[in-house]
Formats: sequence, C-alpha cells, structure tokens
Amino acid sequence: MTAVTYLEAIGQAIREEMRRDEAVFLLGEDVGTYGGAFKVSAGLMEEFGSERVIDTPMAEAAIIGSAVGAAIMGMRPIAEMQFIDFITCGFDQIVNMASKFYWRSGIPAPMVIRGPSGGGVKGGPFHSASPEAWFFHVPGIKVVVPSTTYDAKGLLKAAIRDNNPVLYLEHKLLYRLPELREELPEEDYTVPLGKAITRRAGEDMTILTYGAMVHQCLKAAQTLEQEDDLDVEVVDLRSLMPLDREAILESVKRTNKVLIVHEDTLTGGIGAELAAMLAEDLFEYLDGPITRVAAPDAPFPYAPPLEEAYLPNAEKILAAARKLAAY
Amino acid sequence: MQLERANLLQIYYLMRLTRVVEDRTRTLFLQGRVVGGVYTGQGHEATTVGAAILLRDGDFIVPQHRDLGMHLTRGGSPRAVMCQWLARGNAPTLGRDGTLHIGDMHHGIVPSISMLGESLPLACGIALTMKMRKHDTIVMAPCGDGATNTGPFHEALNFASVQKLPIVFIIENNGYAYSTPTYKQFAIENLSNRAKAYGMPGESIDGNDVLQVLESVGRAIEHVRSGNGPTLVECKTFRVRGHSEADKADYVPPELREEWLKKDPIKRFEAYLTQENILTEAIQGEIEAKVKSIVEDAVRFAEQSPAPDGATVADYVFAPDGPIAIIGEPGADDPRYVNALDRRTGKPYNTVAEEPSTVSQFTPEEVGKR
Repeated sequence: MTAVTYLEAIGQAIREEMRRDEAVFLLGEDVGTYGGAFKVSAGLMEEFGSERVIDTPMAEAAIIGSAVGAAIMGMRPIAEMQFIDFITCGFDQIVNMASKFYWRSGIPAPMVIRGPSGGGVKGGPFHSASPEAWFFHVPGIKVVVPSTTYDAKGLLKAAIRDNNPVLYLEHKLLYRLPELREELPEEDYTVPLGKAITRRAGEDMTILTYGAMVHQCLKAAQTLEQEDDLDVEVVDLRSLMPLDREAILESVKRTNKVLIVHEDTLTGGIGAELAAMLAEDLFEYLDGPITRVAAPDAPFPYAPPLEEAYLPNAEKILAAARKLAAY
Repeated sequence: MQLERANLLQIYYLMRLTRVVEDRTRTLFLQGRVVGGVYTGQGHEATTVGAAILLRDGDFIVPQHRDLGMHLTRGGSPRAVMCQWLARGNAPTLGRDGTLHIGDMHHGIVPSISMLGESLPLACGIALTMKMRKHDTIVMAPCGDGATNTGPFHEALNFASVQKLPIVFIIENNGYAYSTPTYKQFAIENLSNRAKAYGMPGESIDGNDVLQVLESVGRAIEHVRSGNGPTLVECKTFRVRGHSEADKADYVPPELREEWLKKDPIKRFEAYLTQENILTEAIQGEIEAKVKSIVEDAVRFAEQSPAPDGATVADYVFAPDGPIAIIGEPGADDPRYVNALDRRTGKPYNTVAEEPSTVSQFTPEEVGKR
C-alpha cells in the first residue's frame, strides 16, 4: 500500500464509484482526454470511455444543467468546475433548479458539483474563490469541505451516494501537499455527511474551522500549548450543510470559549451563522466573545504580499486566540 | 408516417381542452380564486398540441409556462393543473409552487422553473441519459422567443449539437417577451437561423397551422430518432393575452392583435376539419360537452381539495437515502426506489391523469389519414 495525495484520493473516489455504479459519470471542461486541469481525472476516460467521462464545451450552465437533467433521470453525475470560481456561470442551475427540485416536485436530484477552491496559490481574484457561504445559504444543497486525504475520498464517496445536490469543495492548496500524503484503507469506506471531527482535543478553547484552515489552526494550537500552556480543541466541521450542531455545541459547552476560523471573507460567512447559533444556544456557557478570524471584506488579491495579508494563517489565529484566552 | 398516425379529431379536442382550461383559469383569476399570477398560451395551441402529439411513450417534454397544451397532450391531469392554480395541498407541488411548474418523470414530463431558458440544459441532461443508457426515446424542449436570448439557450443548443443529443427544440415565437417585441430582442428575422449556428437543421414555420406543425415537427422528430442529433423548429405564433392576466398588453398595436386573431389556430383547424367532413356538428357538440365536463370536474376537484398545512413548509427540503431507479428502464416504478413514488406523500406522482383523456369514441375509421 502506498501513501496517496489528497488529489489522488479524489481521483480514487471517482474511479471506485464509477466502477461500483454505472449511473455515476463525470462531465466538465478538459476532464477527459486531458485528465482535468489539475489531473484529478487522469486515466478515467481511458477506463470508462468518453461517454462516461465527458469533455464539455466551456459552458457551466450546460454542464450543471445537464447534470441536473441526468440526476432527475436517476443518474449520479459529477459536474466538475475547472476552478470553483466558475461556478457563478451556472449559479441559477444550482440555486433555482437543483436546490428546489425535491422540495417542490418530490423528484430527487442526486448529483455532485465539485472543483478546486481556495487560495494560497497566487490565483488572484478569479482562481481562488471560497464560495461556500453562497450555497450554504440556499436550502436544498449540501456543502462539504474535506481537509485531509482520508476525508477527501470518504466525503466524495458519500456525496456521490447521496440523493441530493452536494457541493464538494476541494482545496487546491492541499492537492499535492506532501504532509497530507496518507495510506488509505483498501476496503470501501465513506465519511458521512453532517459529521464533524475533533482533530485535536482540548479544554481551554474550541476552534471551529474547515478546509485548508484546519492545518493552520492545528499549527496555532500547537504553539498555544508550547508557549501559552493552553489546551485548544480544533473541530474540523467537514460538512457545512448539514452542520454537526451536536458536536459543535458539545465542544463549546465544555471549553466555554470559541474561535471560528475560515478562509472565506468575514461578513455573512459561515462564521457569522456559527456565531449566531452559539449566541442563541450557548449564551450562558460563554466566558469570552465569540471570535472570528477570516479574510477581510475585499476581493481575493494576486500579488504575494497582498495574498499574505489577505489569508488567515497560524499567526493571525494565534493572535486572536491569545486575545480570547485573556478573558 | 407520423402524420398519418396523428388523429386529427384528437388533436382538435386537445386544442379545445387546452383553450377551455385556460379560459376557466382566467375566470377563476378574475374571481380572486387563483392566489398568484396566471399565464396562458392562448394562440399557441396548434404548436403545443401539434408538436407533442407526435411523441411516443417514453419520450420526454420539458414544457414551459405556456405549454398547457403539451401537458394535456402527454396525459397531464386537468385536476392536477387546477390544484396548482388554486394552491391546494394535494397539488403536485403540494402548494409549494404555482403555475405549470409540475411534472412526472415516469410519464416524461419535466417540471420547469420561472427562469426561462434554464430548462434547456436540463433537456440536454435527460437526452444525455437516453444516449448513455441507449434508450430509443427523445426529448422535446420548447421555449419562447424571450428565452432564446439567454445564455443557457445557446449553451444547451451547442452542447446538444456537439453531443448529438436526441432533442427537438421548439421555439414558440409569440412576438413578445412580456412587453418587449421581437425587434428589440434580436436582429434576425427567423430564429431558426440560430440552429444553423450550432450545426443542426432548423426551420421556421407558421405555428398557428397545426397541419404545418405536424408536418415540420414530424420531420424534425424523424431526424432526431434516426440518431442524427438535435433539430430546431421555430413556430411563429402570437401571444393573444398579456404576459400574465395582470398585464393588459396595451403595448400591442390593436391592428396586430386583430390580424393574429384572424389566424386563430383553433378556428383555422376547425374550418379545415369541417371542410374535410371530419368534424361534424354532432361530433363538435360531443367534444364541447366532454371538454366542459372535464374542466368542471377539475375545478370542482380542486375546490374541494384541502389547503396545504403551514406546519409542513420546511419539510422535504432533502430527499431521503435509498436506491434510485433510472427512469425509463424496467422496474423503475418498483417502490423500493426512492424516485419510484413521491416520497413526500408516499403516493405516485399525481401530475398525470389516471385515464388518459381521449375522444377515440368519436373518431370515425381512417379519419387520421391525410
């Protein structure tokens, strides 16, 4: 058994699901012959043919809309956005078509929309998006964000098997990160949607986070232990919709302090909803202000010093955690 | 030939049924009994009925808001339609959506949304499934002149052509997108030119002449069924009413409306059928009586149906787990499949009438041949 990358785990999940279930197919720009802009789907067309690994025109409404049409026929399409930023070109198909289909007609639309999200790769304003909050707000769409290689595979398999539209946001910075290489189980496994995981147990503070920020939070937590003697819990949400309320509330009830960290911009982000939920449900348990670390309310920048200033990182998390710990 | 198979009296009956259901819906609206807006396809009947009657079992329609004629022709239930307009709890959408946004995948009717043009990529996905799964069925995807200006229209036509998908695109060009006349929408005379740009056959025809619709759409269907990829037929017609019943449409020059009213598709077909001795006074009387009784029954049924329960509004946002059938394949209605029944109610999807509405008892032998 060899250790695989986060990117290879995604490819494995697609391959294994396509072998397991003939209803599963992949469509998107350059996913076939070329194997995808990041090579996630390398080799899939050779194995499954061009009818199940479909190179499409550059047309996101057609890609996502065709996926919806196939899904209501009972297929399980995986629609790839070459960069998740381009999902906006097919926005209507997600927020008006797919999301409301079951609720208004009783017809399920089992489909996955996936693509590389997130920054840190000098992608600039149009290749670095973290679009989760747009879709998190829309009833009828599930949203998952894997942070590890194990989860990348298990969450994608669960998403493909789910009977609803699922937005699967893979982080391009994690694709080939050597430290994320992992030996995965030989046997089939899934990571259920709606279940958070505690990456690091602690008693003094809870950090709620997801995606690439999980790793920045773990770094910060380590420093807080070494330098501040603080025992910080890091909860990786993994699934934003459905949200694991139980796990979140359990942790914060125990630690009484909560820091929320995400790469997406601050206002109206996932953190805003988490903060509201905690304020409503755990008002009497909190020993300090619910604190958020997120990107500033500005578009994603290109130049390295701007990107560095923009993205949350271990240092910024550390500063916010220390301020919160002082309460 | 498909045209010979089409039963002309059945077509006439369905056109009348469509017109009368809509007339009745308008009355209900004026009486304040329809809670939302009412959109009709008055004047479109030759196109909607004439095109859809050529389809077979297993084929799909992806109808839009003025396509009641397609719904009824494909077996859509007038009771379900009335329950939709009156926002009843047993409407196909359980009162969650209005208008003709209803469908039943097992009977080849896809529910639409209000964003016109967005259903066309969906039609591609349905046709793509047919192609991948080697079904020998086709999709009929209509849209209006307004929708031809949207991105999804062009993306769908292009993708369908590249993938050689079995779709007949029908453009119902009725002269106006709400108040905007065609000359402010596009700078070409015939919307079938759009087909040329995507490498598929296209034709522009008189959409108020049902015989012409049968012939041209029949030809288009034959092309698609033979595996040659999509086709497009522009049916030129006229929107006799306003965009909705709240719209007086005073922006339409009266002489233009007059001119089109003279070309009313039902009157024209009636004249033809009478002249050919197919439609006699007696048959017409029977058809009218049948139409009236169906419409009365639908309205009565809807009015006696319960309103939805407010407590259910946030139910069924997500579909439950379980196996999903591929529609159109054997056993797809096996109740073990999540999509075999409407899981919200535990009953079959109720958009389609239990007994298809026909006038076969009035049909003299050989009357459909031409």
